[in-house]
Amino acid sequence: MSDIMYILRSDNVAARRIGDELMIMSARDSSLYSLNETAAILWQAADGVTLLADIVARDICPHFDIDPDTALRDARELAEDLAACGILQCSPNPFGGTPQGPTP
Amino acid sequence: MSLMHDMGTRALELGIPLSVQLDLTYRCNERCVHCYLDHEDHGEMDTAEILGLLDQLAAAGVFFLSVSGGEIFMRSDLFEILEHARRLQFSVKLKTNAVMIRAAKARRIAALGVASVQVSLYSHDAGTHDGITKLPGSFKRTMEGTRFLREAGVKVEFANVLMQQNADHYKQVQALASEMGVGYTVDATITPMMDGDRGILALNMDADRLSNVFHDTSLLGDQAQTMLAPPSGPTPLEEAYKTLPCSAGHTACYVSPYGDVYPCVQFPYKVGNVREQPFIDIWRDSPQLNDVRAIRVSDLQGCSSCVHGSTCTRCPGLAYMEGNMRGPSIQDCQKSFARTGVPSKNLQRKSTRTIELAIVG
Repeated sequence: MSDIMYILRSDNVAARRIGDELMIMSARDSSLYSLNETAAILWQAADGVTLLADIVARDICPHFDIDPDTALRDARELAEDLAACGILQCSPNPFGGTPQGPTP
Repeated sequence: MSLMHDMGTRALELGIPLSVQLDLTYRCNERCVHCYLDHEDHGEMDTAEILGLLDQLAAAGVFFLSVSGGEIFMRSDLFEILEHARRLQFSVKLKTNAVMIRAAKARRIAALGVASVQVSLYSHDAGTHDGITKLPGSFKRTMEGTRFLREAGVKVEFANVLMQQNADHYKQVQALASEMGVGYTVDATITPMMDGDRGILALNMDADRLSNVFHDTSLLGDQAQTMLAPPSGPTPLEEAYKTLPCSAGHTACYVSPYGDVYPCVQFPYKVGNVREQPFIDIWRDSPQLNDVRAIRVSDLQGCSSCVHGSTCTRCPGLAYMEGNMRGPSIQDCQKSFARTGVPSKNLQRKSTRTIELAIVG
C-alpha cells in the first residue's frame, strides 16, 4: 500500500461505547473487539474521504505526546490490523459517497 | 475471561442496558397452541414512536437489540425500523416464523448486516408443525424462508420449543438444522400467558421426557458438565448476599409493542411506559425496576438454602408469575429435578404440604 491511505468504517458491524471502550462486533462472524482510545478515534474518523495522515494530524497528535511520523506509522499499522478484522477498509483512493456522520 | 463477559460486567457496573428485546407487534399469522400472547392490537407504537425509541435505546448504550413479536413481518414498516436500527449500529437479532420471508426480503436482511435470525420450528414433520402453529402450510413456508435466508448468507438459528406434541421430534429437528447449516436451540418450557393464565402449562411434556432432554449431551454442549453435575449445595451465604438472580433489569429489559417496559419478556412486572416518560428515566429511576434490582440470592425464599444452589436456572419472571418474585419458580425446581433426580427444597416442601379438610355439617 502506498503512503496515501484512506480508511472507511465497515457498515457490517455493531458498535457502542461502553464506558471508556468502544465495542465493535463484526456481523460477518460475530467476533467482538474492544477498541482502545486511539483505535476508537481512528475508527470514528474513518469516513472514507479524509486522508489517514490528516486524521492523525487533526485527531491524534494534538491529544498525545507523539511525533507525527511515529503517530502516522502506528496509525497505519493499527488501520491494517482493523482491516484484517473486517471492521475497517483501507484504500489508496478515497471511497465513494459523502462522509459519514459521527458514531453514537 | 471472555471479552463478552467483560462487556457484561462493565455494563452492570455502569448501569447500562446492554440488551433489549423490543416486540414490534403481538399480531401474528400463526396461532401457536402454546403462545403466551394476546394477538389483538391494543394500540401498537407507530413508526415514528419506534424510531424515536431506538434513538433513546442507542443513547442509553444498548448494544444487543432483539426484534421480535408476534410476527415481525406483520408490520409493513419493518424494514424502515431495521434500517434505522442498523444506522444506529445495534447488533440486531430477529425472531420470526419466516413464513413471510421470500428471496428479496432475505437479501435485504443480509444487506442490512443483521447479526442473526431466529426461526421458530416445532418439528421436522409438517403435520406436527402445522398442528402446533394452526396455520396450514406453515412448515413448508418456514423451511422455504429459512432456505432463502441461508442462500442470502444470513446466520440462522432454529428455536425449537418442546411440548407434549413434539417432544420426541427434537433429534430430527436438530439433524435438519445441521443439514441446512443452521444453528439449533431448544426450549423445554411452556410458560404462562402474559395475562397470568396458566392453562397452557398443561402442554408441558411429562417428567420422563423432560429428564431425557436434560440428559442429552448434544443439547448441553459445553454446559454438560455443569448441568449434569450433582447439586452444588446451597450458595455460600457471603456469595448469596452479592449474587444477582439474573440479568433481567440489571443489564437487560423488554419493551412491548405498547411501550410498556418490563425487566424481561418473561417477567411481566411493568416498570414504566416509554409513551409516558423517556426510556432512560425508567431505566435509571423506576421504583419497580429498582425493587427488582435489589433482590439478591440471599433474599429468595427457600432457594437460598436449597441444595441446587448456583446450578439452578431459577427464572425470577416465572417466580413472579407464580406469585412472588422473591419466591421459587416451581418450573425451574422441576428442571433441576429432571437434571439431577434430586428434589429442590421447594419441591420437597410442596410434596409434604397437606390440605386440611373442613367438615361442615
